[in-house]
Formats: sequence, C-alpha cells, structure tokens
Amino acid sequence: MLAEWFRELYRLTGINLTIFTDSFDQALFLRGLGTTVSLSVICLSLSLLIGVLGAWWQASRIPLVRALVKGFVVVFRTTPPLVQIYFFYFGLGAILPRVPNAFGVMQPMVGNTQWAILSLALFAGAFNIEIFRSGIEAVPRSTIEAAESLGFSRSLIFFDVVLPLAFRVCLPALNNNLVNLVKTTTLAYAIAVPETLYAAQQIWTDASNVPEMMTVLLITYVALVGVLVAAVRRIEAKLAIPGGMR
Amino acid sequence: MIKIPSTFPSPPAWTPDHPIVRVSQVYKSFGETQVLKGVSMSVMKGEAVCIVGPSGSGKSTLLRTINALVPIDAGSVVVEGQEVCDPELDKLQLRRKVGMVFQQYNLFPHMTALQNVMIAPIKVLGQDKAEVEARARALLRKVRLEDKADRHPGELSGGQQQRVAIARSLAMTPDIMLFDEVTAALDPETVKEVLVTIRELAEEGMTCLLVTHEMGFAREVADHVYFTDHGVIVEHAPPAQFFGEAKDPRTRAFLSQVL
Repeated sequence: MLAEWFRELYRLTGINLTIFTDSFDQALFLRGLGTTVSLSVICLSLSLLIGVLGAWWQASRIPLVRALVKGFVVVFRTTPPLVQIYFFYFGLGAILPRVPNAFGVMQPMVGNTQWAILSLALFAGAFNIEIFRSGIEAVPRSTIEAAESLGFSRSLIFFDVVLPLAFRVCLPALNNNLVNLVKTTTLAYAIAVPETLYAAQQIWTDASNVPEMMTVLLITYVALVGVLVAAVRRIEAKLAIPGGMR
Repeated sequence: MIKIPSTFPSPPAWTPDHPIVRVSQVYKSFGETQVLKGVSMSVMKGEAVCIVGPSGSGKSTLLRTINALVPIDAGSVVVEGQEVCDPELDKLQLRRKVGMVFQQYNLFPHMTALQNVMIAPIKVLGQDKAEVEARARALLRKVRLEDKADRHPGELSGGQQQRVAIARSLAMTPDIMLFDEVTAALDPETVKEVLVTIRELAEEGMTCLLVTHEMGFAREVADHVYFTDHGVIVEHAPPAQFFGEAKDPRTRAFLSQVL
C-alpha cells in the first residue's frame, strides 16, 4: 500500500525513496537505524556513568586519582572525536593481538562497533564529567555541612545529596551534550559500523538517490533528537522540586 | 600555645557529673586570621548555654569545633569523654551524638519535610524505615508541622524550614544540640515559633548550646551565658548576673548596644 504510493511518487516526480519501495533497502535502512539507536542508548548510558564516576573521583582525596580524571578530561575534550575513533580502531586496534573466532579465522580482539561504543562513550563522558562538576559546584557548601553534621559519610553525601541536586542543575547542559552524542554516532561510519549514515550510503550507491537519502537522513536525525529531547523534558518535569531548590 | 598530644590516653567512661562538653584552650586560625585564641568552656548535661558576642568574634567557629566541622589548631575539645581532635576518632560516631541546626536551615531541598527528617536515621544509623517514619511524624508533630510532612522546603516559610531542621537533628536522638544563629535569617514574626521549640527542648533537659543574638531568649532560657569578643571568652555568668552586673567593660559596651 505504502510501497505502491511511493512507487507512484517515483513514476510521477522522479523522487526515488527505495527504503519504502524496495524491501532489501528498507531492511538495510531499518537495521542501520536500529544500530544508531542502540549505539546512542549504550553510549549515552556509559557516558553518564563515566560522568558520575569521573565527577566523584575528581573530588577524591587521592591526588593521583584526581590527576588521572583531569588528564582524561583534557585529552578527550581537546581532540576531535573522529581522531579519537581512528586512534582506537587503527591505533590501539592494530597493537592488540588477533584472536581466532568460532570458525578458527583470526580476527581483531575488539570489533569496530565495540571500538565505536568505547570511544564515543569516553568522548561524551569527558564532557559529562565537566558538566556534572559544574552542577556539583552549584550545590551550596552549607547543605553539605548539614549532611556532615548528621553523620553522613562521604559517599552518602555525594550520592544522596550532592548528585541529585547537581543533576537537576546540569540537566540543560547534559541535554545538549547528549543531543551532540546522538549526532556524533554518525562518525562510527568512518570505521564501517553499519549505522544509519552507513546504510544510507549503501542505499544511494545502489539506487543513485543521493538527494532523497540525504533528506531522509536529516529527517531521521531530527526525529531521533526530538525523541531524546522529549525524554529529557519529561525527566526534567518529573525531577522539578516543588517550591524550587531553596 | 598548647600542642595537641600525638597520643590520647583512653578516656575514662563519661559520667553525668562531668561536663558533657569541655573545650580547653582552643586555638583556630583561618589563614592569617586568628579566630579562636585560647577559648575554654564547659557544659553540663541538661544545661542550656548561650554564646553571645559581636559578629566575627568566633562564636560560630567555636560551635563548629564541637562536632568537628572545624578542625582545631591546638587545645582540646572533649565530648562525653571523647577527644574530638583525636585523629583516630570516628567523626561520624561523634556527629550522631551532636545535632546541629544552622542559620540558613540547610534542609535537603529535593526531599519532603518528612524525608528530610527520615534520611539520617535510615541511611546513617540503618534503622527500620517504618519505625523511623513513625518517629519522624511524631517529631514533626512536636514542632507543630505534622500537616507539612509532604511539603518540600521551598514551599515552607523560613520558620517552618527551621523547625523541620530541628526535627531532622532530633531524629538522630542526639545528646547535645548546637544552634548556630538559628533565628538570624528569619522574619521577626517567625522567630518566636522557633524559639518556643528550642525552649521546649531545653526544658525537657536536652543539652543545648546556642549562638544567638536573641538576648531576651538568652536571659529567659539559658542556664549560663558566655560572651566572646575577638576570639576570647571575655566573661561568663548565669543570665541574671550576666545581664544585670557584667564586670568587663567590653561586655557592658556590647550589652548597651544590643539591649
């Protein structure tokens, strides 16, 4: 039905949307979309975890831990994400030993998708650490003092008082960074991870419908980011404190 | 200056005929500024003690040395026979015995009044949630806020927030309560409701140390009044004597300004 309509559209206007008319292209595109979504969700979760742990360790009593976190943040904030992905895939990937797979064929220890997940999570995580830090700094010293006077341990103060407050303060900045992360997953294309951009490229090389697929790509990412932004809005509304922070 | 000895003799078990808090020759500087210059005081169990004095005289710092929020440079602070500046001391253990209420209330803004009161006994003492909730509700009733249990701090007035803060401290069943200028940020009409709560506590026999500017309250409620100026205790006396026949000219000058 839908396919019929798009075939008619092609016949009348020359707009060739094979992802609706051709089941092979459609499957390819949907698989790509699925990869982008899972890549986004996994990297997003990992980057938040890195952000929280990094912010926690950034306030560590051990100077070496603080220095390591700082170094990590500096390196990942000041280098382009594409270079990071190449560094992991071509740089580190080349050094790691190759291992036999189920069929006895030698292959890299870490696959391209795994490298993409790792490097994107670290990239977004570095920014999340800085974002959480700014939120943490916004928590009044006096609130922490009150928790101390009640006998709270350091970790209890961090996870039950500081983090919940900091998270609310930095949600807008976090939202920005996560939107960026979803868009940056397209860089995984560079190491042949079959995400949406990669699938689109395969489709347009076959069907020579570059303008159509470019438009589809734009609309796809608008929709993906729209879903994320709506989700963050809902979280924001849910976490809003009646009467405000004071 | 008196150096903190590196080893502390194990203290004899504390008994109520000894001071519950004994501060001896405490020195504290923040950078170049000497805030406490050899302060000594002692408080018996069940006493209400007010510390008065001009701003910047070290009152709040003195109070904060008692629950180790401010580490001291020299001297000794002993709470229930425990040396507070013993590096081996479990600070968390100490703070369970010493409650503190602050000028800015410092409630946890993301929790309801009830949750504010419940969190420490549950998470710090590991007590049973249902039992803590019953006690927390009773404490909110005691500070006349049982109908505000599900409100967040931002929805409460300053006086109400401060009473929640008092209930939050009491939930830990402390032996000593420290009040750091708890009415200084309040509207005049809500000051009274907080003072009434503290007064009830003092009358029930809770050991209370208050840093305050409420001279009327000090006169009525305190068993003993200390006057600090420039990091030293200038004089101390029972309130009738303190307000009636202060000896030191600095005390008299201060009292003539505030009364």
